[in-house]
Amino acid sequence: MMDITASDSARAAFPGIEPGDEAALLLTMCTIREFEVEVQKLFAQGLVRATTHLYQGQEAVATGACAALKHGDTMTCTYRGHGAVLAMGVSLSRAFGELLGRGRGLCGGKSGSMHLTDAPLGAMGSNAIVGAHLPIANGLAFAARYRRTDAVSACFFGDGATNIGAFHEAMNLAGVWRLPVIFICENNLYGEYSPVHATTPITRLADRAASYGMPGVRVDGNDVLAVREVMSAAVERARGGTGPTLIEAMTYRIVGHSRSDPGAYRPAGELASWIERDPIKRSEERLGARGVAPGMLEAIRKEAVRRVTAASQLARSWPPPAAEALLSGVYA
Amino acid sequence: MSEVTYRQAINAALDAELAADPDVFLLGEDIGAGGGVFKVTDGLFAKYGAERVFDTPISEQAIVGCALGAALQGLRPVAEIMFSDFTAVCFDQIANQIAKYRYMTDAQVAVPLTIRMASGAGGGFAAQHSQSAEQWLLNIPGLKLVVPSTPSDAYWMLRAAIRDPDPVLYFEHKFLYGRKGEIAAHAATPALGSVAVARPGTDVTIVASQLMLHYALEAARELAADNISAEVLDPRVLRPVDVSGIRTSVARTRRLLMVQEAPVLGSWSASVVALLAANGPAPWSVPPVLLTGADTPVPYAAELEAAYLPNTQRIAAAARKLVA
Repeated sequence: MMDITASDSARAAFPGIEPGDEAALLLTMCTIREFEVEVQKLFAQGLVRATTHLYQGQEAVATGACAALKHGDTMTCTYRGHGAVLAMGVSLSRAFGELLGRGRGLCGGKSGSMHLTDAPLGAMGSNAIVGAHLPIANGLAFAARYRRTDAVSACFFGDGATNIGAFHEAMNLAGVWRLPVIFICENNLYGEYSPVHATTPITRLADRAASYGMPGVRVDGNDVLAVREVMSAAVERARGGTGPTLIEAMTYRIVGHSRSDPGAYRPAGELASWIERDPIKRSEERLGARGVAPGMLEAIRKEAVRRVTAASQLARSWPPPAAEALLSGVYA
Repeated sequence: MSEVTYRQAINAALDAELAADPDVFLLGEDIGAGGGVFKVTDGLFAKYGAERVFDTPISEQAIVGCALGAALQGLRPVAEIMFSDFTAVCFDQIANQIAKYRYMTDAQVAVPLTIRMASGAGGGFAAQHSQSAEQWLLNIPGLKLVVPSTPSDAYWMLRAAIRDPDPVLYFEHKFLYGRKGEIAAHAATPALGSVAVARPGTDVTIVASQLMLHYALEAARELAADNISAEVLDPRVLRPVDVSGIRTSVARTRRLLMVQEAPVLGSWSASVVALLAANGPAPWSVPPVLLTGADTPVPYAAELEAAYLPNTQRIAAAARKLVA
């Protein structure tokens, strides 16, 4: 069967929907949501090892930002990276295959949940070390500059990463060299279990951009169209040689930090208030207000479930990696 | 060919690769118009300009990360970390990123980058500018660690490192920069190489690299006056490790003396002895000797640093004891 992706043109299932329509973005968001729900099930069944860092609630950030990219651009992200990787158009079955540790997984079963990579699509690595990929994102941007292409480098990270040294070194170098990189800080209000105010002496993380000579923009990260709009402006700046931008996308993970986290540190009512602002619900409401029929919205949700279910089933049918794979790929 | 210094050989290798491949570029602290603190990149900025030679902030994580990102896109960065001790401030980029990117992605990408750095003791630079940082990096599969000891190896191994598809960490001993030698003629760039016989002999095998290699060669000359024939081996590449050349030599001489500047625990010399002992029949007739730096930080005062480091006399004495 053909590989299915989260960002496959919605047109195949819905002839009226064009790429870039909010309905197409909604399908991507729903597919990411369903992917994460399926990952939870597979984890509960003992089929996914170690831990998972899920993305439910933040889908509009990756979906909106990646919608502003084009072929040849690159993306790096964190270990909460399933959403961003899927938004780059990665095969759903090969992503499941990687989480399941199968030889046909994206990384041959060598990376698991935290390191999903699909280099041909520009998904250049999910990183399990907080902040480590910001310097690497600079290098990807540097390569575009060096080769005089107009490619840009998009780099997702969390609020917690803004307190690690690599963030500051990378922001400074990007600023002084005016690299075509877009730093997207997904501020979900918690660095692991700790609220931002307990770890960071400022409330507006976008303000950190000023220290590095680049614009800092805050955006409603649960509004997929708003994210795409600020990202498009940042991408345009980067392609035009004007330099980097820091985007702070305000969002919320409606699940715990990782599998071991029930989220008991959240104040009463906080989770409920963010579920009210759920990015999928927001897009559905807006589309409904514009006259999209409820049946269509329901069909989009069902299509996401269909894609995810088919991909998961396919991946589960694949064998584990061959034993010889252990030793391959350390050196060229 | 006329003699050049180790510094000039490195400079010439960078020059040759910059000229041969437009994907090669240099980045590091003060390497541009300044020519680097050890003047290794002198003249390259004037020749290749700001399009190929990049001065960076004092930000080692940013330097190595930038090199990695560029390498993932197929460029061939040559980064300079001023002193190998500073790998400690970008250890994540080296240990968790450049070393693992190829493996973690199931070889979707290659990491053809080179990191040059000055290492080693002997000049009174004290504890934070004198270490042999290659020893810290031994336990990281994915890295290649090279320690050239002569101008010819410095030249050819750097050219091979830059052309290599894997990340190569290239250690320049700061006490060898002024040492002169001829650059061997090769029709094409040889591979990174393996253990070389720096001086043939029959009675004892001495393994040492960089400054210690030159001390070992002096010791071998002294020993020859006493009719002791020492074979001196230059490992050249520490990782990936290949002990077959050492085993062959020791199987003949039956005696092994490992010499290094760094403390012994977790070091290359200790690992080589373990690999020789654990795989196959013991090649030696008497237990091997590890002559290493003291188990202390590198001290400043000349007398203390001299007490810390192995030297020609200590190498000769250890060899005499082994053959006695």
